[in-house]
Amino acid sequence: MPIEYYIYLAVILFSIGVTGVLTRRNAIVVFMCIELMLNAVNLLMVAFSKLHHAKALVSDAATTTGSEAQIFVFFIMVVAAAEVSVGLAIIVMMYRNVYNVDINFLNRLKN
Amino acid sequence: MNMSITQILFWFLSALAVFSAIMVVTRKNPVFSVLYLIITFFAISGHYILMNAQFLAIVNIIVYAGAIMVLFLFVLMLVNLNKESEPHKGKYMLWSGALAGGLFMFVMIAALQTLAPTMVQGIGKGDIGLIQNLGKALFNEYVVPFEISTILFLSAMVGAIVIGKRDHA
Amino acid sequence: MLKLTYLIPLFPFAGFLLAGLLRNRLSKSAVGLIGCSTVFVAFIISLFVFFDVLKGKSGTLTLFNFIEVDKLVIPFAYQIDQLSSIFLLIITGVGFLIHVYSTAYMHEESSDHYARYFSYLNLFVFSMLLLVMGANYVIMFIGWEGVGLCSYLLIGYWFKNTEYNNAAKKAFVMNRIGDLGFLIAVFWMIAQFGTTTFTDIFAQLPGGASTAVLTGITLCLFIGATGKSAQIPLYTWLPDAMAGPTPVSALIHAATMVTAGIYMIARSNLLYALAPISMHVVAITGLVTAILAATIALKQNDIKKVLAYSTVSQLGYMFLGLGVGAFTGAVFHVMTHAFFKALLFLGAGSVIHAMHHQQDLRFYGGLKKHLPITHITMLIGCLAIAGIPPLSGFFSKDEILIHAFASNPVYYVVGLGGALLTAFYMFRLYAMTFLGSERNDGHHAPHESPKAITYVLVILAVLSAVGGFAGIPELFAQNAHKLKNFLAPVFERSAPLLASHEHPSHTTEWMLLGVSTALILAIIVWTNRSYSRYQKTDAEQQGISKLLANKWYVDELYNGIIAKPLLALGGFLGTVVEKSGIDKAVNGVGKLVSYSSRQLRLVQSGNVANYVLIMVVAIILIIRLVFYIRY
Repeated sequence: MPIEYYIYLAVILFSIGVTGVLTRRNAIVVFMCIELMLNAVNLLMVAFSKLHHAKALVSDAATTTGSEAQIFVFFIMVVAAAEVSVGLAIIVMMYRNVYNVDINFLNRLKN
Repeated sequence: MNMSITQILFWFLSALAVFSAIMVVTRKNPVFSVLYLIITFFAISGHYILMNAQFLAIVNIIVYAGAIMVLFLFVLMLVNLNKESEPHKGKYMLWSGALAGGLFMFVMIAALQTLAPTMVQGIGKGDIGLIQNLGKALFNEYVVPFEISTILFLSAMVGAIVIGKRDHA
Repeated sequence: MLKLTYLIPLFPFAGFLLAGLLRNRLSKSAVGLIGCSTVFVAFIISLFVFFDVLKGKSGTLTLFNFIEVDKLVIPFAYQIDQLSSIFLLIITGVGFLIHVYSTAYMHEESSDHYARYFSYLNLFVFSMLLLVMGANYVIMFIGWEGVGLCSYLLIGYWFKNTEYNNAAKKAFVMNRIGDLGFLIAVFWMIAQFGTTTFTDIFAQLPGGASTAVLTGITLCLFIGATGKSAQIPLYTWLPDAMAGPTPVSALIHAATMVTAGIYMIARSNLLYALAPISMHVVAITGLVTAILAATIALKQNDIKKVLAYSTVSQLGYMFLGLGVGAFTGAVFHVMTHAFFKALLFLGAGSVIHAMHHQQDLRFYGGLKKHLPITHITMLIGCLAIAGIPPLSGFFSKDEILIHAFASNPVYYVVGLGGALLTAFYMFRLYAMTFLGSERNDGHHAPHESPKAITYVLVILAVLSAVGGFAGIPELFAQNAHKLKNFLAPVFERSAPLLASHEHPSHTTEWMLLGVSTALILAIIVWTNRSYSRYQKTDAEQQGISKLLANKWYVDELYNGIIAKPLLALGGFLGTVVEKSGIDKAVNGVGKLVSYSSRQLRLVQSGNVANYVLIMVVAIILIIRLVFYIRY
């Protein structure tokens, strides 16, 4: 598959995630859309890793050129997991205080 | 249509991913959003398998679809007991958000139109996605970030517990 | 001695600074000493310079380059030649005498105001010296403006009185209007000749300059002269300028500043000789002014106002002389006029001082016995101005009238009429002041003025009497016109151009002189007799008298036509344009800033989604921008 298709796919998924972040009011759903964005990025990275590997394979049959991107994706997932746990803990704590997870309500940063 | 099986799979998975992503964003009931997100993750993992990144595909399913989404569901259940669906946001935010997102996509795709000629990549070829090879690279060159990520997890765990504690005494 | 000419203006300038800056610390006598000595030193140096020039040494002394732009170079240079050395003597000499006079006259002032007076007076002498010593029109203009400024400062010396301030403003504004003409002429000259230095310009003439251009330049210069030397239409400031102290009137408005216009035209004689139309304009303006002012002086009751209008009238004569080509005659009249007009003003000051600041002629009378020295000296002055031989005024005025006759007999007739009027009003003044019965309504007896005043009066009287002998015409003795011989090099290039006027024969001259003198004597006798029996009446003036007494209503005319509309325009601009337009705009900017900052504050809604939205929009814009720049 040409690399452009993967790029377009990743862009589409990412922008859908962006729309979700901007549009939804439930804080948890917003969080989920962030995860969606992260995944789109992961997809892109893996596609590029494949591309580099395929290019390098032409010259050298036993190369491991594209593995960096996949390791990076791995670490992205690690970080995403950690971030989700902390983030959800924060949301739970806020809910306990105001009994609401509407982001319009959680505007303590106002002014 | 004269497409190989990989091409058909690619298009199918892409369509599925995009469709469920849109569903994630547009469903009123957040539980539905979660479920559709899981489907999206499965579709993306399918893409990974197509690109022979098997390790990542499995990890994606286990970590994301399995653990993270379950966590989401738990918290969702916790806070959404009283209401079923969320009331509509201000129209302004809705439209401007959709517009911004759409514009973003448009601009990115337009930007990428001017790229260099197509590079075709092979599917199924290459061994780097195999667990064995990946593991080798991980533990040989990237062992330090690996160890640091463990510390990251530790701090995340501690942080989550500290934040989530009810203040008793 | 040429090298030291830069000292001449420097001393009065130093005097100005000293008296001005230290005015709170110096005593009155110290200030008087400084003020008079600086001018005296300048006079001594001028004397040396004069003797040098007499031997034939004249030249230019360049100090530094004042303006240097591309090809235009205007040096700060002094030109010492016959014309400027004569004027130097007049200015410093008469100036010194008036400084001495002022030490006594201004004695009632407090010491810091006294010092202020002397510093202004010294600044005036400095500016006037700059004017006559300048080697180009720009330096002359610096002096020109300086004397205008000092005139303003000194007229409004007693600044607590609003009327005096108005008079000072009037003088300055009218001067300024003339200055505009002068400036336009200077610019035109730069455009035409590429230089403003006298010698350079005169070397280029007639060259490629057309008569039209020269006429334009000379007319613009003449406008400047009308402002400075109080000719029609810019003369109304001079009578009002009598608000200043009498010595100021003597120095500035009789002897020196008002002669600046004559100096300027005399200096530019070649330019004027090449533009006959301008010469006609100058002559006619001078003549009309002379008559107009003389008629007004007939009916004035303030002693200083009579003398002021007399000055305007005499200046008219000088311009008439310039206009008919009698340059030497005009300069001669400047010299003699400086003597006798200063004498008359200072004498009037002595009378005013004695009568405790009473200036109305109707309250004078019979002062002959109380103020003997003043009486004699003023009599000499009046005879001189009337033109009785052998006093100085006779020689200078008749030289002008003879040349006027040669140019156009009408000029002579009208000029003679003016001379008769001059005799009339001057002796009216004399008779009402010194003869007849005392009318001063029981004030204490007037007493003679102190020595500083009387000595000066005597010196000036002597000068007025014998000053004429510097210019004995051909008629009486061969080649005895010392002044004409002296000034010949200055006017030699223009002389051939004006030779079209035939000098009248000796017989004609004798006849003219005889007729004029006889008529003048008759007038004097008649006036003396009628005004020595003057009785004060409170009857209002009627008919022509009213017109004359009210100065032909010229001031009211100017007020209505020029001053009122301008003030109305200013008022309109002030309230409508300024308040509604400009102020609103400025306030509007302020309001805009506060409004926008208020709106901007609302961006911080605390809503995370808003922030993300803004971020996304920004990213979109940046990507778009990057693409614009790169592709």
